[in-house]
Amino acid sequence: MKYIDEYRNKELVLSIAAQLHKISTKKIALMEVCGGHTMSIHRFGLAALLPDNIRLISGPGCPVCVSGQQFIDRAIAYSQLPDAIITTYGDLIRVPGTNSSLEKEKAAGHDIRIVYSTLDALEIAKANPAKKVVFLGVGFETTAPATAAAILEAKKAGLINFLVLSAHKVMPPVMKSLVDDGVAIDGFIAPGHVSAITGTHIFDELAEQYYLGVVVAGFEPTDLMQAILILTTQIENGTPKVENCYHRVVNSEGNKMAQEIMNQVFELRDEQWRGFGMIPLSGLKIKAEYSDFDAEIQLNIVVPQSISPKGCICGQILRGVKQPADCKLFNVTCNSINPVGACMVSAEGTCATYYKYRQ
Amino acid sequence: MCLAIPAKVLSVTWPTALVAIEEVQYNASLLLLSDVKEGDYVMLHAGFAIEKVDAQEAAETLRLLNEVDKNSNK
Repeated sequence: MKYIDEYRNKELVLSIAAQLHKISTKKIALMEVCGGHTMSIHRFGLAALLPDNIRLISGPGCPVCVSGQQFIDRAIAYSQLPDAIITTYGDLIRVPGTNSSLEKEKAAGHDIRIVYSTLDALEIAKANPAKKVVFLGVGFETTAPATAAAILEAKKAGLINFLVLSAHKVMPPVMKSLVDDGVAIDGFIAPGHVSAITGTHIFDELAEQYYLGVVVAGFEPTDLMQAILILTTQIENGTPKVENCYHRVVNSEGNKMAQEIMNQVFELRDEQWRGFGMIPLSGLKIKAEYSDFDAEIQLNIVVPQSISPKGCICGQILRGVKQPADCKLFNVTCNSINPVGACMVSAEGTCATYYKYRQ
Repeated sequence: MCLAIPAKVLSVTWPTALVAIEEVQYNASLLLLSDVKEGDYVMLHAGFAIEKVDAQEAAETLRLLNEVDKNSNK
């Protein structure tokens, strides 16, 4: 496939690895923030090609994993309403809530549908005027504009039964929070498709304030190896900064049209992250102007207090301070058939990826 | 979640474009990316074209990677 195969060239990957072995002298830890990067690194076995002194740690970039337990419990509560249809991306369906999951609710007969696009959810709303169709909005800056576009389309079409439960989040605050917490990170491999929307400039402050390299990467093996080479070179030379090695898709300004649509519908709010707690101004709330489409306002039900699963260390794994192998449940009671925590559920969750490739 | 794949634009009928990922065809929304024409490659994410793939930049990255390849063989 064009723009994929050429970036999977084994010779190029090995030559970048050889270059890394040549230049790397310092013991460093690089965090791949994005769950998609974690998947690629393990799928292509890239970690094994690196010098022993370069360690990769997985970060908080799996939106399903970082969504708070309360969000899942609220979604489950909505699914039990008699006139509701829940629409969701597939990753969320198996995430365990305090007492149930969307999958279990679906098996119990509640109307829960997996959609590929927010516009599919909109079509379901048009076809079911007597029902309230709730779309579960998860995802970072890559995904939030698609939710915003659906809300604008719903408004244009005069739809009154399309609602969004937003758990959308933005990336830079959580990256800062990790460094503030003292997690040992020498550089970030930054998410490519978040940056396609936002531009690389959102990381400038992080690089300058914290004196850390932030390199935006694509998702193929040469993309990731190139990012690791650039970060290592920066660290060896003492010149950390924001660099882009995903030029074919990302520029410094990003997609202005998508940014405008996102900013028209959403505003920043403090947000709960699994493993982090509240991070100031890290979440996206639907603006008052669009409150007709805000499930939290239109379906204001009381959700009992959420309890996280016992023994699960998903939160510490998301913060990069523990590895899946450090968890007593991993590959014992927690596996891909019976996931205990969110990190084992989503395909891009750290535990799910490590379990799949048995590391 | 942030998965996006390169898809070739076969035709544009605003507000959608018929795109192809190998044999699979899909009507992608152009609500987030308007400046698209037939023959372009776009990154498709959750049904939306979110950015164009820049052919020149793509070639330049491969050229740079080949430089690394030459250097590492030295």
